[in-house]
Amino acid sequence: MISKKQKEAVTINLDGKEVEVPAGVNLIEAAALHGKEIPHYCYHPQLSVAGNCRMCLVEMGTPMRDRGSGEPILEEDGSPKIGWVPKPVIGCATDVIPGMHVKTDSETVLDCRESIMEFLLVNHPLDCPICDQAGECRLQEFATDYGRGYSRYEERKNVKPKRTRLGPRVTLDDERCILCSRCIRFCQEVADDDVLGFVDRGSFSTLTCFPGRELSNNYSLNTVDLCPVGALTSSDFRFKMRVWFLKETPSICPESSAGCNTLVSSREGEIYRITPRRNDLVNDSWMPDSGRSLYKEVRSEDRLTKPRTDGQDCSLEDAIGAAVAALSVGQVGIVGSCRSSLEEQFLANQLAKGIKAQKFLRGHFGDDDGILLSSDRTPNLRGTLLSGFASAYPKDNLSSLALALKKGNLDALVVMGEDLFESKVDADSINGIPIIFLGTHENATSQLAKVVLPTLTSFEKSGSFVNRNFFLQAFRQSVPGPAGLLPDIQLLSRLLNELVEESFQGSDLDEIWEDMARPASSPLKSLCFSDLKKGCVQLDGSKWASLPFVEKKALHYKPASPKAAKSS
Amino acid sequence: MIKKKTPRERRIILKHADDPNYSNRIQCYQREGGYKMLSRALKMKPEEIGEEVLKSGVRGRGGAGFPAGMKWKFLDRKSGKPIYLICNADESEPGTFKDRQIIYKDPHQLIEGMMIAAYAIQAKQAFIYIRAEFFEGARILEQAIDEAKKKAFCGNDILGSGYSCDLVVHRGAGAYICGEETGLIESLEGKRPNPRIKPPYFPAVLGLYQCPTIVNNVETLCNVKHIMEMGGDEFAKIGKPNNTGTRIWCVSGQVRNPGYFEFECGALTLGEMIFDVCGGLMPGRSLKAVIPGGSSAKVLRADERFSGKLKDGTEFDWGIEDIPLDFDGPMAAGSMSGSGGIIVMDDTVDVVQAMANINAFYAHESCGQCTPCREGCLWMRKITKRMCAGDAREEDADLLLSVANQIEGRTICAFGEAAAWPTQSFVSKFRDDFIEKAKTGKPEAKEPLQLI
Ligand SMILES: Cc1cc2nc3c(=O)[nH]c(=O)nc-3n(C[C@H](O)[C@H](O)[C@H](O)COP(=O)(O)O)c2cc1C
Ligand code: SF4
Ligand code: SF4
Ligand code: SF4
Ligand code: FES
Repeated sequence: MISKKQKEAVTINLDGKEVEVPAGVNLIEAAALHGKEIPHYCYHPQLSVAGNCRMCLVEMGTPMRDRGSGEPILEEDGSPKIGWVPKPVIGCATDVIPGMHVKTDSETVLDCRESIMEFLLVNHPLDCPICDQAGECRLQEFATDYGRGYSRYEERKNVKPKRTRLGPRVTLDDERCILCSRCIRFCQEVADDDVLGFVDRGSFSTLTCFPGRELSNNYSLNTVDLCPVGALTSSDFRFKMRVWFLKETPSICPESSAGCNTLVSSREGEIYRITPRRNDLVNDSWMPDSGRSLYKEVRSEDRLTKPRTDGQDCSLEDAIGAAVAALSVGQVGIVGSCRSSLEEQFLANQLAKGIKAQKFLRGHFGDDDGILLSSDRTPNLRGTLLSGFASAYPKDNLSSLALALKKGNLDALVVMGEDLFESKVDADSINGIPIIFLGTHENATSQLAKVVLPTLTSFEKSGSFVNRNFFLQAFRQSVPGPAGLLPDIQLLSRLLNELVEESFQGSDLDEIWEDMARPASSPLKSLCFSDLKKGCVQLDGSKWASLPFVEKKALHYKPASPKAAKSS
Repeated sequence: MIKKKTPRERRIILKHADDPNYSNRIQCYQREGGYKMLSRALKMKPEEIGEEVLKSGVRGRGGAGFPAGMKWKFLDRKSGKPIYLICNADESEPGTFKDRQIIYKDPHQLIEGMMIAAYAIQAKQAFIYIRAEFFEGARILEQAIDEAKKKAFCGNDILGSGYSCDLVVHRGAGAYICGEETGLIESLEGKRPNPRIKPPYFPAVLGLYQCPTIVNNVETLCNVKHIMEMGGDEFAKIGKPNNTGTRIWCVSGQVRNPGYFEFECGALTLGEMIFDVCGGLMPGRSLKAVIPGGSSAKVLRADERFSGKLKDGTEFDWGIEDIPLDFDGPMAAGSMSGSGGIIVMDDTVDVVQAMANINAFYAHESCGQCTPCREGCLWMRKITKRMCAGDAREEDADLLLSVANQIEGRTICAFGEAAAWPTQSFVSKFRDDFIEKAKTGKPEAKEPLQLI
């Protein structure tokens, strides 16, 4: 596990109580560590500090010192005399200093909050009944918690554009914008695509895109998450669902080896949106737009929902039976997948061992955006190494399988989702060999397969992936899979138990983990699946440091230099 | 009774400004001894110049009155980053028109002052950030810089000293907030002039391009030349302790002879300025109110009494006419001398309308970055506009005060105070006028126009 750098602690006085906080944090973070909320809009822990909303105003003072001698000045009772700053200060831009006194609940502070809430609301349209943000809106929350509860505003409200298309995926309601500039800073600082800015001044300031540009980068939807109000909305999610009906399940984005932590929001078995989940070691609070639409694959037309043998729909039992029969004779080849979970890869490897099958694997590679879409477009390539399924770095094709087929070395194939014919395998070279296809979506290989065992998407099952930094991270089932299907690990353990004598493989995640962690040499030693609930765990990947991993330098990721790897 | 003598102007900065035989060309400036000080200064050690400026006690003429020598001391010289000097020529505070006189009539004085200052702080590059509306001023300055460069008074290897510092004119973006020093810096960097948060962005440490930067007003920088000519100690004898040098006061409003006047600090009172120097009010009028330091300064009511103790311990009890015109006088009276813009209002002025006018300015000029100023300024403007349109309510006075109180002290930059102080002072000092508006302000109901 990565040990958090131990920061020095300093003592401050928070609302009359001496508390310890790490050196260098600001007052918002310091107070939060001790259960005190300093409400804020513009501050975001992973963006630069703008200090513009003024919601986080608090009172601050420091121990006074004599100008001449530098000696602390004391009160009559011997306690240090505090020099209070005459004006309230913003908590987001004020870092803790030893001995500092902070008031977060004084009359002045409460008045500041009331007045900021009033100011934020005077020109706000308050169209909560039709606003997507309602239910997760900071303006609503803080108005309830810190507002005055009545309005003194008699004048007409400002009118601004209500429906600006900022880009293909983001729609802006300028009237709701509280001008916190989070979205602008995000585009500048994280997405590296400086397209947003304010025009006009004062209360007429309006968020917009630079002329001729649009907010179309692959991170644009993060601005929607960041926006504390309903100004930026996802064109996809807009008006689809009230957020309080949604169930949120923690998950991991399967798009690439970056392993973004996500929340999958669903209602009654249907997914409505995917949003990033904060993990400061992996993805901060962001994820690519492309990963957010992956849930659409769950209900796509080419989804495999029915088991098949020889092109005919059949029962799952019949399909398993046919698969067992086909795999019981001759030399079997297993084409694993970097998209399978660690547990699935472990079982596939057990199966390969048990029936002495040959193993094949390919990678899927693309361009690296240097942020959170890595060039390894699979979530679990490193899992294939850790599970023992693979020991070499895969190519982007299955040429070794093509060679084995040409030589006529194989009598049956198990294929985990891959399409052989997009992987440099000739259709002719199959030459009637039975293919047992386990996968979620139709492809040329599934169409040719003797047996099709439909499996579940990562939204419909639980398991774990190992990301580019060897962080082991769990994802959990958000929605049920298609009726009658089994999770991949159950299918694999069935095959294993039926094909291998004396195999009693359990198909429960905890049982599989017991098996995975048992060998003394296992990199997963002393871990169990429920450990992952608490957060990600970094595994020791030094053994593979010399492999030619394709990922480029990116957010929270540095490629191990090949030289360093060799010498170690 | 002996009639008191009208105090005489003492023109140092504006010495040549209105001389018919003087132009803004370099020949005139040199004829009068211009640029001699620069060549002497370049032979001194930079720190020595800083010392003289510190000794002179000269306070900033841009509004806040911060001692220039001290500001220079705060400069972060250890960072190893280049140092910049910026002349703030954005002059946009309503009621202020002094920097314009210098720029239009004696630009070389500013250039010489700047180059001495630049050398003193070892600036790598100097800028004059000039208000967008001063088209002609920018042209004059550019011409003057051209002339000065040809004679090696600025630019490369100034007067063969080995010290180089380029000077460029940057035209502003047409907004009042560009005059706030951190807003100015953002604007100079090519961005919206959103003022920066302090801490951490104190210009002397993290200014232009995050490098140490000194921002000084036009008049302040001109003073540097005179300080060096006289010596800091000698300069400090002009005016009063803590209020050294002269100040250019801009008088506008309802006086007979408005204009700009340069006096030693404390040489005259507000009464002498209005009634002697500016020829008093129009016949039959009486004084109602004076804003002593540009529209941001708190208004003074003609019949107010101001009493208390000055910093040096002397007690005072002034009427409005007794307020000494320096830095500390208007401050002691609860207002400020700000940018030196004295706005005089007689009894024909409707203070609610005056307030509405000021509020319109601040609502228009707020950069819109921080919540209290952005929303508060427009709200105040909407209220006073409505009051003037005949829809005043008695509770508006309290509401205005409350809104202003919710702005003051809670914003990113001092614009918040600049916008809140007028309202706070107008409403509390002329409360009756605001209440009265609610009673009399309703225009007579007109017969609806028959359309058919
Ligand atoms: C809203 C606002 C507007 C300002 N406008 C000007 C201006 O137009 N000219 C100026 O010299 N200073 C202006 N200032 C003051 C500057 O921020 C800065 O203090 C000054 O330029 C420093 O110069 P000095 O020390 O020589 O006075 C303004 C300040 C504020 C808060
Ligand atoms: S942004 Fe919040 S307060 Fe505003 S309309 Fe939407 S839900 Fe309501
Ligand atoms: S759109 Fe949202 S995030 Fe962007 S400035 Fe407005 S309120 Fe802030
Ligand atoms: S106080 Fe006004 S002018 Fe200054 S930063 Fe805030 S909004 Fe802008
Ligand atoms: S959070 Fe907005 S000013 Fe601090």
